[in-house]
Amino acid sequence: MSFLSYLITGISLGSIYAIIALGYTMVYGIAKMLNFAHGDVIMVGAYVCFFAMAGLSGQMEAGSLAAAVVPQVAGVLLAMVVCTILGVVIEGLAYKPLRQAPSLAVLITAIGVSWFLQNAAQLLWGAAPKNFTSIVSGAVSLADGTLNISYVTMLTVVTCLVIMVGLTTFIGKGKMGKAMRACSEDKAAAQLMGINVNATISVTFAIGSALAAVAGVLMCSAYPTLMPTTGALPGIKAFTAAVFGGIGSIPGAFLGGLLLGIIETFTKAYISTDLSDAIVFLVLIVVLLVKPSGLLGRFVPEKV
Amino acid sequence: MKKFLAMLMAAAMVFGAAACSSGNNTGNNGGNAGNDGGSGDAGNDGAIVIRIGGIGPRTGDTAMYGLATERGAQIAVDEINALGGDIQLEYRFEDDTGVAETAVSAYNTLKDWDVDVIYGCTTTAPCVSVAAETYADRYFQLTPSASSTDVTADKDNVFQMCFTDPGQGVTAADYVAENGLATKVGVIYNNGDAYSTGIAQGFIAHAPEVGLEVVTEQTFPDDSNTDFTVQLTACRDAGAELVFMPIYYTPAALILNQAKNQLNYSPLFFGGDGMDGILGVVDESLAKGLMLLTPFNASSTEEATANFVAKYEADYGETPNQFAADGYDCVYAIYQALQQIDNLAEIAAMDPAERHTALCDALVSVFTSPDFSFSGITGSGMTWGTNGEVTKDPMVVVVEGGAYVTQ
Repeated sequence: MSFLSYLITGISLGSIYAIIALGYTMVYGIAKMLNFAHGDVIMVGAYVCFFAMAGLSGQMEAGSLAAAVVPQVAGVLLAMVVCTILGVVIEGLAYKPLRQAPSLAVLITAIGVSWFLQNAAQLLWGAAPKNFTSIVSGAVSLADGTLNISYVTMLTVVTCLVIMVGLTTFIGKGKMGKAMRACSEDKAAAQLMGINVNATISVTFAIGSALAAVAGVLMCSAYPTLMPTTGALPGIKAFTAAVFGGIGSIPGAFLGGLLLGIIETFTKAYISTDLSDAIVFLVLIVVLLVKPSGLLGRFVPEKV
Repeated sequence: MKKFLAMLMAAAMVFGAAACSSGNNTGNNGGNAGNDGGSGDAGNDGAIVIRIGGIGPRTGDTAMYGLATERGAQIAVDEINALGGDIQLEYRFEDDTGVAETAVSAYNTLKDWDVDVIYGCTTTAPCVSVAAETYADRYFQLTPSASSTDVTADKDNVFQMCFTDPGQGVTAADYVAENGLATKVGVIYNNGDAYSTGIAQGFIAHAPEVGLEVVTEQTFPDDSNTDFTVQLTACRDAGAELVFMPIYYTPAALILNQAKNQLNYSPLFFGGDGMDGILGVVDESLAKGLMLLTPFNASSTEEATANFVAKYEADYGETPNQFAADGYDCVYAIYQALQQIDNLAEIAAMDPAERHTALCDALVSVFTSPDFSFSGITGSGMTWGTNGEVTKDPMVVVVEGGAYVTQ
């Protein structure tokens, strides 16, 4: 029974990594840059949702149906809008001028943006952690309470699947998706074909950042401590998950995230809590040695 | 569209810069006042001016602790200067971001400012590095909250306002045993952190001597870890009636949450002084019954404490935690010791390069003298040994109705 309960913990942790990894991998796949600020956009999204929910729930009649639904939905939507704008602004100001620069310059800029966001968040909202109210509370209890699956976990897995299918469809079909694939393959050639590369990349960032907002809200619903550095470590872990699954591959990000969470939890449970991170990264190294493109890296014809 | 974005960002930057500079001003009030000749503009022209340089994290993961120590001390400095006595303090606080290397640069900045006394650091690792420097350079150093024995070991000039880590573990084990809280104990600690490991090891080593059985020892690698269900499941399966968690309150908040919501596991939780602050981050129902060792209770009705809490809340809009209280006490302890130095005027007249050495020797002899005892808001009748460790009575509080109740 404890095996099952560890598995559920692993899936719950992994689904959080997966949802962050989806945004990472999509931006990488199309813009061909590692947006290290992704984790911090997540943090901003969670803060926006936190304040929106706190502000709105005060206005609602306590205990009514509206009070249980409206602040949460409004919080998530507002977080998505704010993060979308933030993502486009970051892309326009920090990354667009570096379009022709070596990729190392862009990478360092991304780290700079990440630090800027963390410190700006600390100035605006303070260093003390906030207690994030989960957007859905409660859990399904099985086998006399020894197995608990929280609704947040279910919601996260479902959201992951929806986003995964949605993104794959969006990129595989439709005009914008085609433009994205073209940019991913060869920016210069795409431009010659009349594709507005800058606009396409901006849209990519807009979508990636909106996904970051959703990830931030779900992450803080599962692990409710919210502070300016909340996004940093999960961001790195999710990046690892994206590489694990094959960076650029959307189903790969989902699979990589889930596996990373499960391996981490099982290592803690059955091998050592001290060595869990070391073993997770060891597995990553072995996978990359055997399959340098990541788990699903090769099987996806278009890397987007 | 481009122009609009540029303007938006420019506005954001101006706003950010404004926020930055206002933050710095609060920290540097004392420093600015003193740079024009050190005449002490608080109203007393003949006053001796002593420069206190603080070090702690203002940014980064541990910023909430560093800011608390900075602000607690600021309140004490303001109060002392407002008294208009013969000793006036100048205060400046430098950011170490919680990193040892940065702390040493912060210390060098303070040296360039001709600092007299070092107040800090907030966290252990930076404090160990700075203590090695102050020992070599001969500066008196008093830390509010760096609790490892490494901070003070073999250094005559470094003193602590907080309990040492192993000492706190032993005290906790004694308390659990004496009050019959439990016999089977699980321990969860952060093995990436010297503070947490120090307390846990002190506790684990002492537990068998007082009849406690440590049924499981669980660790996690650092404070950014988010999932503790594995550790909690191990405690539950080992039958722990009490879970001792000498960790900071951010991971503790997650542990309390996951124990209740994911595992239905409700042992007695017992924490160290790093747990102070938990009330701000968990719901009342989760924190209920949590016990912790802390030298400071913000809901105390004692006059000095209530006074401090009111000022802190008015200035910074939040309830002070134990770190702020330690900082407040540090400044008052230094002030009290300064008053007991006979030749302070003579020392103050010296060249800055010699002044800090003379002051260091004088303060060390006052702090270690048997008749020096300090009473503040984190304890009364505190004394210091030659090893720099403080002796004061521990206090255990339990969370009830969203506030600490002293046991």
